[in-house]
Amino acid sequence: MLKKIILKTLAVYFLSINFIQAAESGGMPQLDPEFWFSQIFWLVITFGILYLVLSKLILPKISDNLETRKSQVLDNLELAEKQRNESEAKLKEFDNIILKSKIDAKNLFNESRKKLLEEINNKRQKLEEEIDREVKIVESEIKELKKKSPEKINKIAIETSSDLINQLIGANVNNSSITAIVSDIASKNKNT
Amino acid sequence: MAANPMSQFNVYRIGPEIKIGEIDISFTNASLFMVISTITILLIFNLGAKKNSIIPTKIQLLGELSYSFISKMISDTAGSKAKPYFSFIFSLFMFVLFCNMLGMIPYTFTVTSHIIVTFVLASFIFVGVTIIGFIKHGLGYLKLFVPSGVPMVLLPLIVVIEIISYLSRPISLSVRLFANMMAGHTMMKVFGSFVVSLGIVGGWLPLSFSVALTGLEILVAFLQAYVFAILTCIYLNDALNLHH
Repeated sequence: MLKKIILKTLAVYFLSINFIQAAESGGMPQLDPEFWFSQIFWLVITFGILYLVLSKLILPKISDNLETRKSQVLDNLELAEKQRNESEAKLKEFDNIILKSKIDAKNLFNESRKKLLEEINNKRQKLEEEIDREVKIVESEIKELKKKSPEKINKIAIETSSDLINQLIGANVNNSSITAIVSDIASKNKNT
Repeated sequence: MAANPMSQFNVYRIGPEIKIGEIDISFTNASLFMVISTITILLIFNLGAKKNSIIPTKIQLLGELSYSFISKMISDTAGSKAKPYFSFIFSLFMFVLFCNMLGMIPYTFTVTSHIIVTFVLASFIFVGVTIIGFIKHGLGYLKLFVPSGVPMVLLPLIVVIEIISYLSRPISLSVRLFANMMAGHTMMKVFGSFVVSLGIVGGWLPLSFSVALTGLEILVAFLQAYVFAILTCIYLNDALNLHH
């Protein structure tokens, strides 16, 4: 109904133009109204069919295609993101394990070193103590020897000198006088 | 036929004369090319929509790129409210584009070089947009003619100007397309006849012009279809989102 009214008003509009143009027609075929209604009719039919087929059949299909592609791409992206996150988490875990084991190894190393050092120290201390002890014993022995040595030397000197005298002059000299002489010499030697 | 550059726009009857009452609706060469464009569009896009592979085939890509091109154009100019009119604007753009492009093939007829065709399309858009505007906003749609921030003294003048510019929309829309197509085709015909009349000696210059014009005309054919569609979107935007 509406279209009919529009078409009628259009026709009136163009017919009124046509009166003005009628005089100089022949120049432009576009202004010759002979086939105007045929053109309008076929335009409405072809464009109508085009619109109906496109809007009802073809465009929804294209839109669906685009939608499914979009959703599929989005799904894939989501999946990829998920997997990336997972792999990142795993990588972190792996890194943690490596770090932990490194720390463990370091601790173990440190501990064993400490133990070893302690042991070495202990042994060394023991050894040193032993050496000290032995040194002390030897020193005391030497001291004793040193203490005893002058008496012994005196004794030997007295004995040898009494023997010498006995053999040289064949006389028994009193031991006490020899002792006095020897100790005198010894004290002199000590003084010098 | 070759003598007159306007004779390419002649409409003639193909087949018998068909009449409904007093009105002649015979099948003409214009009707033939409307049918050819429609069938070409439907074939191409049907092929493009048939397959649904994740990595599109060439023809599928063509359909999908056109789809997203036009849907982006609509959402850019008219916003998301214009979604229901997508099919119409898509058909409109494709129809005008294919009529223009088919007209670029020699010995064909350019449907859109006829004022009556473009005027019917433009009037349909105009009437449709006006109806949509009144349905969406009621009488408030008349606010379109009253821009905000205009001094009261100038208001009557502005309103008159706005009404005239609104009413001249179908005329400017239709004449733009029709005049572009007609002028381009006439020019090409004129240069073509120069090639013939100047012969092998002097015909090279108009021939090179003709070649350049062909490129230009293909550009214009696309551009005018685009302009036609985008202006429709802008008018639709006025009707859907009343800004004033």
